[in-house]
Amino acid sequence: MNKHILISILAINFAIFIGCNSSDQNTTSNTESSGTINIDGSSTVYPITEAIAEEFRSVESKVRVTIGISGTGGGFKKFARGETVISDASRPIKPSEAEACKENNIQYIELTVAYDGLAVVVNPANDWAQSLTKEELKKIWEPEAQETITKWNQVNAQFPDEEFSLLGPGTASGTFDYFTEAIVGESGSSRGDYMPSEDDHVLVQGVAGDKYALGFFGLAYFQENADKLRLVAVDGGNGPVLPSIETVKNGTYAPLSRPIFIYVNNEGAKRPEVVKFVEFYLQEAAGLVTDVGYIPLPDSEYQAQLEKFKQFVNTAN
Amino acid sequence: MIKWNKHRIIDNSFQYLGIASTAVGLILLAIFIGSILLDGVARIDWDFLTSLPSRKAERAGILTAWAGSIWLLVLTAFISIPLGVAAGIYLEEYGKKNKLSNLVEINITNLAGVPSVIYGILGLEIFVRTMRFGGSLLAGAFTLALLILPIIIVATRESIKAVPSSIKEASFGMGATKWQTIRHQILPAAGGGISTGIILALSRAIGETAPVIVIGALAYVPFVPKSPMDEFTVLPIQIFNWVSRPDHAFVINAAAGIIILLGVTFLLNGIAVYFRYKWQKKVDF
Repeated sequence: MNKHILISILAINFAIFIGCNSSDQNTTSNTESSGTINIDGSSTVYPITEAIAEEFRSVESKVRVTIGISGTGGGFKKFARGETVISDASRPIKPSEAEACKENNIQYIELTVAYDGLAVVVNPANDWAQSLTKEELKKIWEPEAQETITKWNQVNAQFPDEEFSLLGPGTASGTFDYFTEAIVGESGSSRGDYMPSEDDHVLVQGVAGDKYALGFFGLAYFQENADKLRLVAVDGGNGPVLPSIETVKNGTYAPLSRPIFIYVNNEGAKRPEVVKFVEFYLQEAAGLVTDVGYIPLPDSEYQAQLEKFKQFVNTAN
Repeated sequence: MIKWNKHRIIDNSFQYLGIASTAVGLILLAIFIGSILLDGVARIDWDFLTSLPSRKAERAGILTAWAGSIWLLVLTAFISIPLGVAAGIYLEEYGKKNKLSNLVEINITNLAGVPSVIYGILGLEIFVRTMRFGGSLLAGAFTLALLILPIIIVATRESIKAVPSSIKEASFGMGATKWQTIRHQILPAAGGGISTGIILALSRAIGETAPVIVIGALAYVPFVPKSPMDEFTVLPIQIFNWVSRPDHAFVINAAAGIIILLGVTFLLNGIAVYFRYKWQKKVDF
């Protein structure tokens, strides 16, 4: 009896195996002599790289591009070991990571591919906080504010005497690192008594359902939910500015907009398919970046990045 | 009389408490499945199952994700079943009962409760780096096999324990060797329990996200893996990735992906229940 069952399990397994094999032959019949481009890194940059890789498929169907989402730090670890040729990054490489690359004799180039803006949002019924200064945001979010700053009128005397509720991304996210660095002054330094969620949809729902709520997340999420939330203009010292494609592009929406990058190593620069992919990336980014909710660089800047990359390719070969 | 009434009330109320507790679980499950079905069922069609990942939610499909999941499931089964069943037989039938075996026993039980991400870190170091499998299906399968080995071992041992010792003694009495007894008496009698344990363990493996992310499974893989050394993605990663996208259409995709994953899990559990039922009818002591 036991034998029959084991045999039938094996038979099922084999059937699945064979089924699998025959189906790949149909879908990837033209992958001989293909190169594989391994990419890993930030999940913030992922949607852009994915869009580029998808379009690249129709140009160079033989090249296999794979993309992971280990996070900026996790991506750089693999990059420094030479496991990936391109790394997605939502912040510049850290000195310790650069050191690790150097130890393994990996040279690389940093290419800016887009801007990402952070949106500070409130409920549409909130009629007082049209804009907040960087200092006011700091007062709300710094670690010292925990359990002491709890009401809107403590931030600004003209605001109502009501408790606010705070929502933001969890401490593991790059967005949280970036917000705390830009506002509080130190990456990761924040009060602990806010409601964190890794799921931005939860943040959107939270702010949309509470008149006294305040939250922050990537600008892309605001655009998808513009009817449920209201943007707060941020005053970084030169008057309040609302985030928009223009203000992020021209740098006036400070300090809550940042460039995001890809890093390419010298091994990649020696492989024609990688060079082609990166060139394609910089040429097509302007259109695709907007598609996935980020803000493109000015055309001249993409041109400059392309030149920079071509020089790197020349020196690597 | 009064006392009798009191006990009766307690008795009744315990019954209602039990019903309420069961209902909480069932209702939550029903709400969960209902809302997922509502969101996702309309999205499932042939294209969804056969398309590659895409930035456009309506064009995106789960071909590489489910193909990766099935590859991983099959490889994991091939690795974990022989190891787990053999270890279970050894521990139950051959191993001597001493301090060492006690220690092994306690550790196996503890291992079954270790968070899965820890296995991912172990797999990353041993299979991906030391053994140089890279972020391949093979590395993933070995990692998941480690993860479910304790479950298979425990299930095997429990099933063997449940075989009445009279059967064993009768077999020895007829002059059978130990292996003959195991092969022809114990394994057939314990087979139902063992297969049930294996299938439940595998259905856990197919739903794991954390360990496969740690060992380097990817989010975007535009090809179906052809060999165990290929890179891969799996359904839970695809779902995780879609849930975190701003565009609501991706959340619907995620719901559809969840339905497929739930379907596979239910199917596996169904097979487990069927095995148990069939075996119970055949093996009658």
